[in-house]
Formats: sequence, C-alpha cells, structure tokens
Amino acid sequence: MARITAGLTTSHIPAIGAAIDLGKTGEPYWQPLFAGYEWTKAWAAREVPDVVILVYNDHASAFTPEVVPTFALGCADEFKPADEGYGPRPVPVVQGHADLAAHLAQSLILDEFDMTLMYKLDVDHGLTVPLSLVYGQPDAWPVRVIPLAVNVVQYPPPTGHRCYLLGQAIRRAVQSYGEDLTVHVWGTGGMSHQLQGPRAGFINSKFDNAFFDRLISDPGNLALMPHIEYVREAGSEGIELVMQLIMRGAMGPTVEELYRFYHVPGSNTAVGHLVVRPADS
Amino acid sequence: MTDYTSEFDDIPGTRVFTAQRAKQGYQLNQFCMSLMKPENRERFKADERAYLDEWPMTEAQKQAVLDRDYNAMLDLGGNIYFLAKIFATDGLSYLQAVSTMTGMNIDDYQQMMLHGGRSPEGWRSVKEGN
Repeated sequence: MARITAGLTTSHIPAIGAAIDLGKTGEPYWQPLFAGYEWTKAWAAREVPDVVILVYNDHASAFTPEVVPTFALGCADEFKPADEGYGPRPVPVVQGHADLAAHLAQSLILDEFDMTLMYKLDVDHGLTVPLSLVYGQPDAWPVRVIPLAVNVVQYPPPTGHRCYLLGQAIRRAVQSYGEDLTVHVWGTGGMSHQLQGPRAGFINSKFDNAFFDRLISDPGNLALMPHIEYVREAGSEGIELVMQLIMRGAMGPTVEELYRFYHVPGSNTAVGHLVVRPADS
Repeated sequence: MTDYTSEFDDIPGTRVFTAQRAKQGYQLNQFCMSLMKPENRERFKADERAYLDEWPMTEAQKQAVLDRDYNAMLDLGGNIYFLAKIFATDGLSYLQAVSTMTGMNIDDYQQMMLHGGRSPEGWRSVKEGN
C-alpha cells in the first residue's frame, strides 16, 4: 500500500529560481532566504520519497487565456521545464509517475472531483522552484513528481474548503494504491503578496503566521475562510494559499510540525515554508 | 455584477482578475502570450504599433500597452502573469514592473519591500477605512 509520509509548503517565487540559476544565493539579499532552507535540504536528503505530488499553479506558461482548468493532474511520463520568456530554467526534466497518476485520476474522479488530465504539460517556476529549494541543483531530480496545477490566477479559484476536501481525497487515493510507495505532498505558493495595482507590495506577516498556525492545528475551520478574506489580508496573489490546504487535507486529521521558516522579502513576496509529518506516519 | 465580484471593489488599489475581466481582456492577454516566442518579440520591438494592429484588441488596450500603463492594462482585462510577457520583453523584473503601478519609484519600492513590505494598515477596505 502506498503511504503519505510527509508534507511541506513553500513559496515558489520566480526570482528565487533565477538567483539559484545565476549563482547568486550567497549574495546579502538572498543569503538569509536560502539559509532558511538548509534544514529542509538536510531532512530531504534523509527522507527521499518515491513520489512527490506537487501542488502548484501555472503562471501563463502551459495554460493560455484559452483554457482555465481548476484542477489539472499531470499524467505523463515526464514534464519539461517551460520557457517562460527567458528560455527554460536549466533544471532537469521532471520524471512523472504515470501509473500512480492514472490511479489518482480514477480514484479522484470517482470520488466526484472532476479533474482535468494532462498528458502533455510543461512545468514553470511554480513547480521547479520548490524542487530547487528542496533538492538543490542535481543532474536528475531524486524523486518522481506528479504535478497538480490549480487555477489561482483567474477568480474564482477553488474555495479553500474544496482544496481541503481534495487533499483528503488524495489521501484516500494514495492509500488505495497497491504498490508499496512512499509519497510526499507539497502545497506551494504564497505567502501574502500582491503583484498588481497601487496596493502592490502588500505583505501581512501577522496573517501569514496565523495561517500557518491554523493550517497545523485548525485546518477544517481555516478552510472555510472566503476568498475576500484572502484578498483583504494576504493580497490578490496571496490567494495561492488555498493550495496549501490540499497538502493539509492529504496529511489526515493531525500533523506534527517539523520545521517552519518565514522571511520578507523574496522579490515582492513573503516567503513561507513548513515541513510536517502526519501523525500516523 | 454578483455580490462575489462586487465585494472585491471594496479592496483599495486592487483589480481582481474575475471571469468577466478575463473575457474583456482575452485578446490583450493573447497578444501577451504571443511574446513567448522570440520571433514575435523581435517583430513587436521593431514596430510595436504595427504588431499590436494585428490583434483584435480595443484601441484603449493598444494604447495602454504602448504607454506601458500597467494599471490601465489591468482595468482593461489584463492579468499580471500575462502582462509579465511584455515587461520580460522590455528586460524588466517583476519588482521593477510592479513598482510602476504603485506611483513609487523603483528605489523607494525596493526599500519598502526590504523593510517588510506594504503594511496592511489602511489597505484592507475602502468602506471601513482600515
């Protein structure tokens, strides 16, 4: 039986990827941010799962204005880094797990989550920056990855509650997979940020840290927070935080917090990072 | 307009990219996506007006692009992740481009971010004034 053995959340700011790719991680601006991931890198080197289900959002790379899927599951054998207008990031091609993805697709759809299934998907910084933060710059990623792209660009995105329930359904799906695999679920995006209008640069560290506290200990009520509250308290792009509820739902009722990091700024954004272990793991 | 969308109008200095705005900005955002291809970036840079005239955008949308008036582009249905293709073509970072929407110069904006970002105080609600 496959098992979910850990979860994490992290911001996926594109400038972080550029800093890594251009060798700027030791610069004074970036050093404190990357120092905050050292614990995780050591932990991740010890606890390598077979598969990471990586929840992220595409930023006008794979999805154009023509198609806006709310939940899109990567079912292919591999996913190439997207060209976001500066050339693709110099990172390894992401290897998928098509068999587990097919099982997830079947289980989730029969569980009444009407997923869009992607058999060709280029993955942008939303997916590759978290991999770089956790695994550094290897020749090949040490894990297989099933991308789960969530629309958080065009409103309405899915509700926090729907995300939380999807996470619970992912847990059931993984646990009903026959092969003995270990699986991590990552919920990326956030923390507070706004990239548009006169209010741009908005950061709310009090809200962000309370969000983490509630994500750990009171996710069921946190999931009921309406979109307007995310925009008001975390900024228009802070709505990405709903994706962290997918991770949380997949962990089961109780988690242990292993690590937390919070830092301002990463470009226009508050950087937040959590590592958790489900109580039953 | 539904309650869901009109509620967002109470957030100061913000244009939430709703399904209605996505329809309004469809051609503008499609033009932006075309700049993902290097050959299109070159053609755009060589003659911006001529390139824009190939797209069934409104004149106001075209003028906002020519003026690099990002707030106007947001008003006309643009979304930041599509508009990013324009400022990438101009060689600007998110930080540089985003600062132009705030009325601050880039140095002041960068300093604000280094000092913890824009405080939520006074930016939550027009109605509540908080």
